[in-house]
Amino acid sequence: MSAFDDTRTPRVPFWNDPRTRSIAVQLIMVVALVAVGYELYVNASANLAKLGKTFGFDFWDKSAGFDISQSLIPYTSSSSYGTAIIVGFWNTLLIACFGILFATLIGFTVGIMRLSKNWLISRIATVYVETIRNIPLLLQIFIWYGAVLKPLPGPKQALNVGGFYLSNRGLNMPAPIFEGAAWMGLAGLVGGIVGAILLRRWARARQLATGEAFPYISVGFALIVFMPFLGLLLAGWPVTWDVPVLGAFQLSGGVTVNPEFIALLIALSVYTASFIAEIVRAGIQAVSHGQTEAAGALGLRQSSITRLVTIPQAMRIIIPPLASQYLNLTKNSSLAVAIAYPDLVAMGGTVLNQTGKAIEIVLIWMIVYLSLSLLTSSFMNWYNSRMKLVER
Amino acid sequence: MDHSLAYVRTEDAPILKPPANLVGVRGWIMANLFPNWSNSILTILAALFAYWVLSNVLGWALFRATWTGESRDACVVEGAGACWPFVQAKFAQWIYGFYPIDQRWRVNVCFFVGAAALIPLLMPSLPYKKWNALFLLFAFPLLALILLTGGHFSFGFGAFISFVVQFLAIVAAFLPLSVFGIENGIKSAKPGLILVAVGLVLRVLSYALGFELPAIFDGVSTTYLMALLLMLAGGAWGILQIFGAGNQASRPVLRAWLFGGAGLCLVAVLLKWDFGLEYVETSQWGGLLVTLVVAVTGIVFSLPVGILLALGRRSDMPIVKYFSIGFIEIWRGVPLITVLFMASYMLPLFLPPGTNFDKLTRVLIGIALFSSAYMAEVVRGGLQAIPKGQIEAAQALGLPYWNTMNLIVLPQALRIVIPGIVNSFISLFKDTTLVTVVGLYDLMGIVIAGFADAKWASAQTAPTGYFTAALLFWVFCFGMSRYSQYVERRLNTGHKR
Amino acid sequence: MKRKLMGWAFAATTSLIAATAATAGTLDDVKAKGFVQCGVSQGLIGFSNPDEQNNWTGLDVDFCRAVAAAVFNDPQKVKFTPLTAKDRFTALQSGEVDILSRNTTWTMGRDTSLGLKFAGVTYYDGQGFMVKSSLGVDSALKLSGAAVCTQTGTTTELNLADYFKSNNMDYKVVAFEKNEEVLAAYQDGRCDVFTTDQSGLYADKLKFATPDEHVVLPEIISKEPLGPVVRQGDDAWFNVVKWTYFALLNSEELGVTTANVGEMMTSANPEIQRLLGAKNADGTAAGFGTGIGLSEEWVVQIIKAVGNYGEIFERNVGLNTPLKIARGKNALWTAGGLQYAPPIR
Repeated sequence: MSAFDDTRTPRVPFWNDPRTRSIAVQLIMVVALVAVGYELYVNASANLAKLGKTFGFDFWDKSAGFDISQSLIPYTSSSSYGTAIIVGFWNTLLIACFGILFATLIGFTVGIMRLSKNWLISRIATVYVETIRNIPLLLQIFIWYGAVLKPLPGPKQALNVGGFYLSNRGLNMPAPIFEGAAWMGLAGLVGGIVGAILLRRWARARQLATGEAFPYISVGFALIVFMPFLGLLLAGWPVTWDVPVLGAFQLSGGVTVNPEFIALLIALSVYTASFIAEIVRAGIQAVSHGQTEAAGALGLRQSSITRLVTIPQAMRIIIPPLASQYLNLTKNSSLAVAIAYPDLVAMGGTVLNQTGKAIEIVLIWMIVYLSLSLLTSSFMNWYNSRMKLVER
Repeated sequence: MDHSLAYVRTEDAPILKPPANLVGVRGWIMANLFPNWSNSILTILAALFAYWVLSNVLGWALFRATWTGESRDACVVEGAGACWPFVQAKFAQWIYGFYPIDQRWRVNVCFFVGAAALIPLLMPSLPYKKWNALFLLFAFPLLALILLTGGHFSFGFGAFISFVVQFLAIVAAFLPLSVFGIENGIKSAKPGLILVAVGLVLRVLSYALGFELPAIFDGVSTTYLMALLLMLAGGAWGILQIFGAGNQASRPVLRAWLFGGAGLCLVAVLLKWDFGLEYVETSQWGGLLVTLVVAVTGIVFSLPVGILLALGRRSDMPIVKYFSIGFIEIWRGVPLITVLFMASYMLPLFLPPGTNFDKLTRVLIGIALFSSAYMAEVVRGGLQAIPKGQIEAAQALGLPYWNTMNLIVLPQALRIVIPGIVNSFISLFKDTTLVTVVGLYDLMGIVIAGFADAKWASAQTAPTGYFTAALLFWVFCFGMSRYSQYVERRLNTGHKR
Repeated sequence: MKRKLMGWAFAATTSLIAATAATAGTLDDVKAKGFVQCGVSQGLIGFSNPDEQNNWTGLDVDFCRAVAAAVFNDPQKVKFTPLTAKDRFTALQSGEVDILSRNTTWTMGRDTSLGLKFAGVTYYDGQGFMVKSSLGVDSALKLSGAAVCTQTGTTTELNLADYFKSNNMDYKVVAFEKNEEVLAAYQDGRCDVFTTDQSGLYADKLKFATPDEHVVLPEIISKEPLGPVVRQGDDAWFNVVKWTYFALLNSEELGVTTANVGEMMTSANPEIQRLLGAKNADGTAAGFGTGIGLSEEWVVQIIKAVGNYGEIFERNVGLNTPLKIARGKNALWTAGGLQYAPPIR
């Protein structure tokens, strides 16, 4: 009959067409977003006009007028607000780098301790993890700051260990001053790194060809450490030391590590390490027993199994959450503001206060932190695509 | 068959005890503490370390501690441990902040009701989960808001009711569409829709262009009255159509419409109602109260928004998808502290001139947006775990998108992410400490503020305060993380190796 | 017009949450809501400090009470919002508080570019230094090489940099967010010197367990005129706050005190008559109070509630208080100080 002969697709009313619906929904969304954005824009300009303020980064070049306790680049009170913010940015990166280093070391140690067959060791690691990660980081920062400041002696009674002075003003260390032919040391460093890379390449090739292994890691490491010294020795050791000296109030000269930095570093690395430990534990446990058993059946030693079978596979699982922990650590370093460590947020806050430029400063913060997190996530994507299991 | 072969034993061999060094306490100790030389040395070192930590902490907190006293004098003894009288003196303030002392029962009621509703929800064996959750998500926040602030809010009550009535009328005019399907619905709803549309046009004309009909009654805008009548008529038409049909499908729709409308009006009345409670401004709140208010608001707000964002992120519509991704990644990419600075310094600039929220409200807005982004990622994890076959099967049955999500996907996904939700509540709970940086007094902030009191200034005051605060936070967070592990184990049965 | 439409939906939601909508004038708003919202510090003895029952006392607090008394004839009709140094201007700009009375220094930048107006100088202050007496330092000029604790977002931080720079001394700054953190760090030995307004030094010294072990150095390195602040472009409210301050000064100058304000109302001195709102000879009102939107007896209300400027000063920070601050520059101009008010006429 005709009803069955009709091969045309039945007419779908337009409101039931998914495409129409999707376009309609998106249209409504765009209109709503534009409306909200416009409303915010109008409000902001009305409010700024009412307060007699303008939007703009013209404050960037104006003289800041305040001093900063720690700076990696030249800064004085007559530098600009912009420089102050850049100082804060470098300080954020500094604490993040050191924090990541120490958090990784502690985290891996504790993570492996948690898997130890020694009951006491694994218990201690468990207690560490369960205690540290259930206490707010900010509270830990305050506690560490108190723990760093209170028991340490004043600068005049500073603990002196081989030219290193530890007091409640921080750690004062001798600083090397390079003169004249000190570039030889740098050349040595570069040479060492290049040598290590070449060594690794050679060792791999030899192992593939003959099956003989060569301890290229330790030898390469030794190269990188000793070549700069060799360079400096050849140049006649053109290094003098700027040694801390006790002044009327405190030690000056050399390099000073502020107690704020020390407290923040300890707090950040101890806290983040408790999360890294769990990641490491989960990563190692996730390597299936069949892998280790198969390696054992092939006659590999326990140490070789760990190094060649377990760790490479565990790393595949560990690295992505590890990267996001690194990002968390970087973001958490903004809590520096609570203990007067001049990081990006603290410096931005001071500038905000002196200039009243709230929107501009918040924009700077967001751009910097968003770029850092985008960098991290693009690294993770790259890593994941490289390490993805090739499945048949 | 002959069973008495000489080499076949007829009785069991006697059961021998395992070697003494493999079982019992000794065996356990040998296997787990002293299996070989290197491990034995490690064990001894670790034991010494554990003893050192424990003896110091316990000695300080218990054996050498000061237990009674009225002021700092009790605690400035040489070699004294923790200063517990300080905690006793300040404890009420740590819980309630500067909340007026004679009004603290209001906070207690909130704590009690919240706990009474939450605990049954957390125990899997108890029934009425849905009602309980609805109570916690909607009724409890309202109750807490009114109790804690005192209620009696001044807002355009009349305008709000009129808004609700108009809104309900418009919805009512559209109701036939949902009951009879779009094609038949339009036919039956047409007169109502036209009435509503004319009313709306009138409203827009008078609101946007200042168009006014000549006045009939004094003091009442005729245009407004006309528009209202038209919309009511349109709504009534829609309702009549449904009643007339006597359709089974109409009941739930009608009920939802009625309850929704009544609920909105009830909320408005409750917010407006003068219960005779003294107004307590939020700058007087503090301590655990603020910590819980911030954390609970964050989680209550972030659940629905997070679900929407997670669905949006997996949507096929590019604008919805990229908006969700952008929103989530922006909030997740910045530290909470900048969000709080933004809420307290930048947000006021974006509000309509003349409006203003107090600081706690601003911080709550910031926290809510921030935690929504994290919640969205938690929910997304759950959504991804649902096999695609589930969605395809639902589509094959002809279920529309929202039914697929509501009936098939979300019930399964949300069950999976309960541990994730608890974990994000834990981190939110810890993160509330950051509000001290913008000048609110949460639990930690108020503990630290107490150190400045000259009456209690001693070397042990700060360590005692920090210790107690850390202990309080630890108990809360550890308890919650245990709960989340318990749920995880319950959900994971069957996957054990 | 379009704006209105969009605003409608927005306002419908926002009005629900916290519509403390500030409309045309702060004075009208304040009268409508029935109290003055006053921004104060989070605790500075003598200026604004809460006790354990959350009752606020201090010079800055009493000024707000004076404004409340002028408007409502009730010094209790005021609510206090404790603010950090960082928050204070945002809070005032956004309308969270009606008046900021929080030892805030009057500078050109703040007066002209933040959308705010200073209504007067309730306390002439200057920045000073405090050190431990065991250091044996007796002058700020001997502080070269010291570590100095201060608070961020204040003029203090800037003056400090200027002072050391102009005297060719180097120093190390440690700048905290909150005053209590600065104090804690100073006490823990993080720095040798604590710097803030001198009045603040005296007040904070009282919080130490052993106040005697610290000395305030004699140098004052800056001008710190502290005073109440209101929003710019709200002249009616600005006038109320400004003239409340002048009324306090004029009352002291004319000898009107809480104790004698009753008798003074019948005084024959025409200046006192104008001050206290006595009627003209023909029985008509003189109109000074009503001219700024208050009652004719506004000054009587103020003086009955909090006393004149001298009384407020002596009660909160004067020689008989723990702070023991002499009037100094804060004496009336007639006594060689800087406090001077235009006449009421």
